[in-house]
Amino acid sequence: MATVSTSDFKGGMKLMMDGEPYNILENEFVKPGKGQAFNRVKLRNLKTGRVLERTFKSGETFETADVVDTDMQYLYNDGELWHFMVVETFEQYGADEAAVADAKKWLKEQDICQVTLYNGVPIGVAPPNFVELKITETDPGVRGDTSGGGGKPATLETGAVVRVPLFIGIDEVIKVDTRTGEYVSRVK
Amino acid sequence: MRARVNRAIREFFEDRGVLEVETPLLSRGTVTDPGITPFITAYHRPGSPHSEDLYLQTSPEFAMKRLLAAGSGSIYQMSKAFRNEEQGRYHNPEFTLLEWYRVDFDLDQLLDEVEALILMLAASLGKGLTSRRISYQALFLERLECDPLISSHHEFQAKAKALGLPEASHLCGEDRASWLDLLFGHFIQPDLGREALTIVTDYPAILPSLARACPHDPHYVERSELFLGGMELGNGFHELRDPKEQRQRFERDLERRKLHGQVIPSMDERLLDALGVGLPACSGMAIGLDRLLMALIGSSSLEEVIGFPIERA
Repeated sequence: MATVSTSDFKGGMKLMMDGEPYNILENEFVKPGKGQAFNRVKLRNLKTGRVLERTFKSGETFETADVVDTDMQYLYNDGELWHFMVVETFEQYGADEAAVADAKKWLKEQDICQVTLYNGVPIGVAPPNFVELKITETDPGVRGDTSGGGGKPATLETGAVVRVPLFIGIDEVIKVDTRTGEYVSRVK
Repeated sequence: MRARVNRAIREFFEDRGVLEVETPLLSRGTVTDPGITPFITAYHRPGSPHSEDLYLQTSPEFAMKRLLAAGSGSIYQMSKAFRNEEQGRYHNPEFTLLEWYRVDFDLDQLLDEVEALILMLAASLGKGLTSRRISYQALFLERLECDPLISSHHEFQAKAKALGLPEASHLCGEDRASWLDLLFGHFIQPDLGREALTIVTDYPAILPSLARACPHDPHYVERSELFLGGMELGNGFHELRDPKEQRQRFERDLERRKLHGQVIPSMDERLLDALGVGLPACSGMAIGLDRLLMALIGSSSLEEVIGFPIERA
């Protein structure tokens, strides 16, 4: 495994610390006029998602983390694992609940997601930025109201609940931004 | 902008009868401070297959002290300085220093002049600025409730842990100077100079740099640092004149460098010779001009005030 020093640090770099994989969010070189240099670094634990700040001596070295983001197609959920496949190679991976986390409410079969593999095991899943999902439950549509003001909750086929405009009804397909969880438009 | 500030600085010193000088950027000896890494370059005399190491100056201090010892009187210069292994939002390996020495000034008189200069520059850019002074010890007591002179490593460690820096003991070990630098840099400096130019005075004797020991209390040195907008802008000293003590400090620095496996540069024998001849009593100040510009215009990175920072040099 390659090693990196604090001088190579930049946002997005993935490294091992205390046996856990981390992603560097921010890196600041700190040095008093006459004294020891430090790097003050903000990192995200790729397994838990927890963000923390740590200070390192400039020049300290770390192993890079064997972490790769791969596009995969979501196949199905067997009640325990969520199964994904690399379309080009047909390689399949099963992600547990901790890895899928909040992404699960957006997962629709055949959608392409970004799966983060650490030592070949999925530790994170990012759904597509936009998903198109059918509404399974909501109050009846109010005809004529196209203003979009106010809105009402609607349950989607994956179980996610989003606010939609009043004119949207059951069985309609809508486009949702998964980063904000907000309704974008109706899909005809 | 930079041109305007440079012009205002030159007028300021001309009005006060301080002479502008130029000293070499290349030198045979250099700073021994373990916290500074010099650039080293190879000099070939014409036709010579052999080379000798020359250093790019890390500050014009040594050369300017040689001028002072030769009887120059009060002098200033704006010059490039080079420090290796420093790069970040507040660091560029090549930067500009404003450095000046006032013969027969004590540190307080020099600090009055520093305030006058910076408040004048701020005013010329339409910015009202005030100034305050506070001692290093008072800052520690006020912000961290521990004493930089007395508190033990264990107290520093407990404080760092409580403030969310548990790795501090791994970083600093039993090195008291590192502890002070770390705690100061993390928990005190970021708030300094937010409302007023802040001058920190009376540094503990273990952080002496090139300052003279306080004549009435050996626990302190006559050193000050300047802060504006959470940034350190510069260092001022009542200058050390004793060549024996200076040599000891250089040797102590080199020992520390050896201990940490750092490059061992040649100490500046010409400076030591000059001190032997006699440096007049004087106080000196060095200010990072790029950072001062940053603070005055409220920018968040040196890249905004340096035309071609190192990545684009």
